[in-house]
Amino acid sequence: MIIVKDIEKSFGGAKILKGITAVFETGKTNLIIGQSGSGKTVLLKSLLGIHTPEVGTIDFDGRIYSNLTPNEKIELRTEIGMVFQGSALFDSMSVEDNVGFPLKMFTTKSTSEIKERVNVVLARVNLINANHKLPSEISGGMQKRVAIARAIVNNPKYLFCDEPNSGLDPNTAILIDNLIMEITEEYNITTVINTHDMNSVMEIGQNILFLKNGLKAWEGTKDEIFRTDNEAIVDFVYSSNLFKKVREAMLKE
Amino acid sequence: MLDRYLSQIGKYFLMWKQIFNKPTKWSVMKGLILKEIDDLIIGSLGIVAFISFFVGGVIAIQTALNLNSPLIPKYLIGFATRQSMILEFAPTFISIIMAGKMGSFITSSIGTMRVTEQIDALEVMGVNALNYLVFPKLMALLFYPFVIGIAMFLGILGGWVAGVYGGFAPSADFVEGLQRDLIPFHIAYAFIKTFIFAIVLATIPAFHGFYMKGGALEVGKASTVAFVWTSVIIILLNFILTQMLLT
Repeated sequence: MIIVKDIEKSFGGAKILKGITAVFETGKTNLIIGQSGSGKTVLLKSLLGIHTPEVGTIDFDGRIYSNLTPNEKIELRTEIGMVFQGSALFDSMSVEDNVGFPLKMFTTKSTSEIKERVNVVLARVNLINANHKLPSEISGGMQKRVAIARAIVNNPKYLFCDEPNSGLDPNTAILIDNLIMEITEEYNITTVINTHDMNSVMEIGQNILFLKNGLKAWEGTKDEIFRTDNEAIVDFVYSSNLFKKVREAMLKE
Repeated sequence: MLDRYLSQIGKYFLMWKQIFNKPTKWSVMKGLILKEIDDLIIGSLGIVAFISFFVGGVIAIQTALNLNSPLIPKYLIGFATRQSMILEFAPTFISIIMAGKMGSFITSSIGTMRVTEQIDALEVMGVNALNYLVFPKLMALLFYPFVIGIAMFLGILGGWVAGVYGGFAPSADFVEGLQRDLIPFHIAYAFIKTFIFAIVLATIPAFHGFYMKGGALEVGKASTVAFVWTSVIIILLNFILTQMLLT
């Protein structure tokens, strides 16, 4: 579980996060949603330790990040898996080497043990016969699968995903969303997903945190999001006619 | 403006500290160093050999054409070729050419990793990205004096071929010029310069790539800026080192 308390972060005098408090539960997909510029990427990067908040604390299962020693921070980072928006696969490495990279760097596993584990996770993300291909030789959807495989290969306790289905066709996007949710439940990890895709919200929004102008404007679940009267979330969700009709139908029920 | 330059210089020296912090596992680092030796050193040999051979030839021809007086001995052609190649052309001008070749490769490869979030991926995993990316390049460039040694040899060979087969000087005179008044410290001076230029060649382009911001266009701009700064620093250091070591 990750508990964020009153975090604030500024860039060049502009306050981007204005005191966010939230709980990201273990074994659930926790979504951070909001319009572009709402502060969701800054919040995610603060959770990852890429940005350091000026105020507030981030607690990883009892470990306050800002109180950790540099070595403890590095150790914590080895418990984190991250799926980047553009996959961020290493161009010069094959699929197999990309997935095995965290094991090669942080474990004492032999080459054959790494290969075995890589094959297990690649099979888990339904990617077979692609071990020796380069990232440039596979599709965007396959790249996302490789990124997920790399993120989970070292059995992380925390999984962060930055817009995991951006740039994917709707079918592949749903497959990726469901894969992340299945992995979260199966491995019992704390998953935090940054997205502004309403399809993802409806598919995997077990816990949703809605940000607006650097503030927490709403939180709830995918079932609650259609029934809420919160003006900020209603404006965000019902910018699409499709979702307006879905809301009308659900309210009638 | 001055603040920005001072802050960049400070950041460059802080980068040095970070390069040696939290080293990558040797079993991984070994492979990275070998790959960089292949990319940066072996991959540069062809162009260095080509340029050195022909520039050596041109130096010999130019020297011969400017020695009109029959009172000036022909061995000066060999002497001038040797001195030009060893003292300046091989260590300094090959380094400036390498600032374009190796430097832009280093900046663009690291810059592309920055743009595509690969460096963020390394850092999130807990890898010291500066050590992982820059240290192997520094180690590979310890072999750079080997490249410059080849440039010196091929430049002089080019001068001999052009001088002798162009009919500007008999082989014996050219070889006498090569051997005449040879000061061994000049060779040491050339290699001291080369070693320092190697460090500049590895780190300034890496700095510009690592700390770049923006997209693909900025990668191109960062490569250009890195080339300019690497060349400027090499020329300045050349002046300072020559003053310190030869006067």
